[in-house]
Amino acid sequence: MNATVPLIEVEQLEAWYGRRRILNGVDFTVNAGEIRVIMGGSGSGKSTLLRHLLGLHKPRSGWVRLLGVDIARAGERQMLDVRRQIGVSFQGGALLTSLSVGDNVALPLREHTNLDEATIRIMSRLKLEVVNLGGFQDLMPAQLSGGMIKRAALARAIAMDPKLLFFDEPSAGLDPVVSAELDELILRLRDALRMTIVVVTHELESAFKIADTITVLDQGDILMTGTVDAVRQCDNERIQDLLNRRPREIQVDADAYLKRLTEEAA
Amino acid sequence: MNALVRPLESLGRATLGAFAGVGYAAALLWESLYFAAFGWRIGQPLRLRAVIEQMRQIGVDALAIVALLALTIGVMLGIQFIAALSEFGAQSQVVVAVAKSVTREFGALITAILVAGRSGSALAARIGSMNVSQEVDALATMGIEPVRYLAAPALIAMLIMLPVLTVLADAVAIVGAALYSSPALNVTPTAYILQTLSLLTPGDVWQGIAKSAVFAVLITLIGVSTGFSVSGGAEGVGRATTRAVVLSICWIIVVDMVFSFFLNR
Repeated sequence: MNATVPLIEVEQLEAWYGRRRILNGVDFTVNAGEIRVIMGGSGSGKSTLLRHLLGLHKPRSGWVRLLGVDIARAGERQMLDVRRQIGVSFQGGALLTSLSVGDNVALPLREHTNLDEATIRIMSRLKLEVVNLGGFQDLMPAQLSGGMIKRAALARAIAMDPKLLFFDEPSAGLDPVVSAELDELILRLRDALRMTIVVVTHELESAFKIADTITVLDQGDILMTGTVDAVRQCDNERIQDLLNRRPREIQVDADAYLKRLTEEAA
Repeated sequence: MNALVRPLESLGRATLGAFAGVGYAAALLWESLYFAAFGWRIGQPLRLRAVIEQMRQIGVDALAIVALLALTIGVMLGIQFIAALSEFGAQSQVVVAVAKSVTREFGALITAILVAGRSGSALAARIGSMNVSQEVDALATMGIEPVRYLAAPALIAMLIMLPVLTVLADAVAIVGAALYSSPALNVTPTAYILQTLSLLTPGDVWQGIAKSAVFAVLITLIGVSTGFSVSGGAEGVGRATTRAVVLSICWIIVVDMVFSFFLNR
């Protein structure tokens, strides 16, 4: 693959839930080798954007291209090929609760490769070592702590040595030390394994620590994409609100307010 | 105006929802069979290990309870038929009455209802909670089709095990009837069973087996599709489980009646 072709290209992506528009024509590009953080408050549409990037939702209009493949229009074979080259670590880990930690990590290898069982075992243990979970392969996910679940999920996500790694809310629900460790781990992965990493988060500290570039999303629009310094110095009011944890000033429209209160059915 | 429109609106929504549900289940059936037959060609093979594991959960683990219930049903049928037929002095007809009603009807029906309660609900709960905790999404992003990984093995296992359980239930129920009725008929249980075997035609047994295959499809599709459409956390999983069992049993009974009607004309 040509290094100059962006790994992720999103053009004019629109997303709707029912009659509510979540993303208003988003344009978005991620180049090989960078760590991109998608930042935004709750309800900014960042999770929806991520689900579109992962191909879990079909865009209402617009294009999502991963590794040069238009994922809404790709055939099954092509899509499978793309999916083998991406890894995803979900917010809650999403480890299969019926499988042990080791089997979870080995799952992509068992499903997508013809390696023999001994090799798969060694490879999955190696990945667990990478995330500092060596020796935990026989535990069940229910026996792990929150931080360990995230690390195990990360181990599974990198099992196939993906080109592109997605990480949803790495520090949500973790104490500061553990989340700092996870940040270190993400940086190490990029340096050691040359991965392109997309992180979705609302944690400022972690975002500034790991990001090469940051995309700030607000109410379905991209406010800006830039380096950490550019975002810090940006004078956009909404971005500064987000950075300085200022509450939004909500303008109340008296007519709309009354209408909402008295309306019978939505 | 509203009072008129509201019920119509909800009726319309419910109808659309029902059609959508049937359509979704049909798509699931097609996809599961497709993955089972041709999955290996597109890198989504049906794993024998997964099928065997499901066969164990659906079939082997249910053996004891199916046998126990079938035995009870057999005894119950023996009691009822002897009571009813002795009014006409026709006790000897108990053998044929039990044999036909068990193989054609009760064996398949009882087994299906039991398996719907055990495995249909388990499927809905398992897939539902996986859906809620994003495990289904995780499978999809790993390039493992959730339908291939979760639905197809269950469907194939159910299609194999439900008929097997049904035949077992047939046999045990007849033994149960033999144990109760043979003293009343002044024959040995062995003689009762031998007479049953001579009265039964392969068609009787096949009728039950054919039904059980249809029930297998119903139970799996309803369990899996309610599981996949769970939303709303733990409460949603609970609701889906209940819904899967109630829907499966309703469909089983209705389809059973329709089958009986057409097969006995």
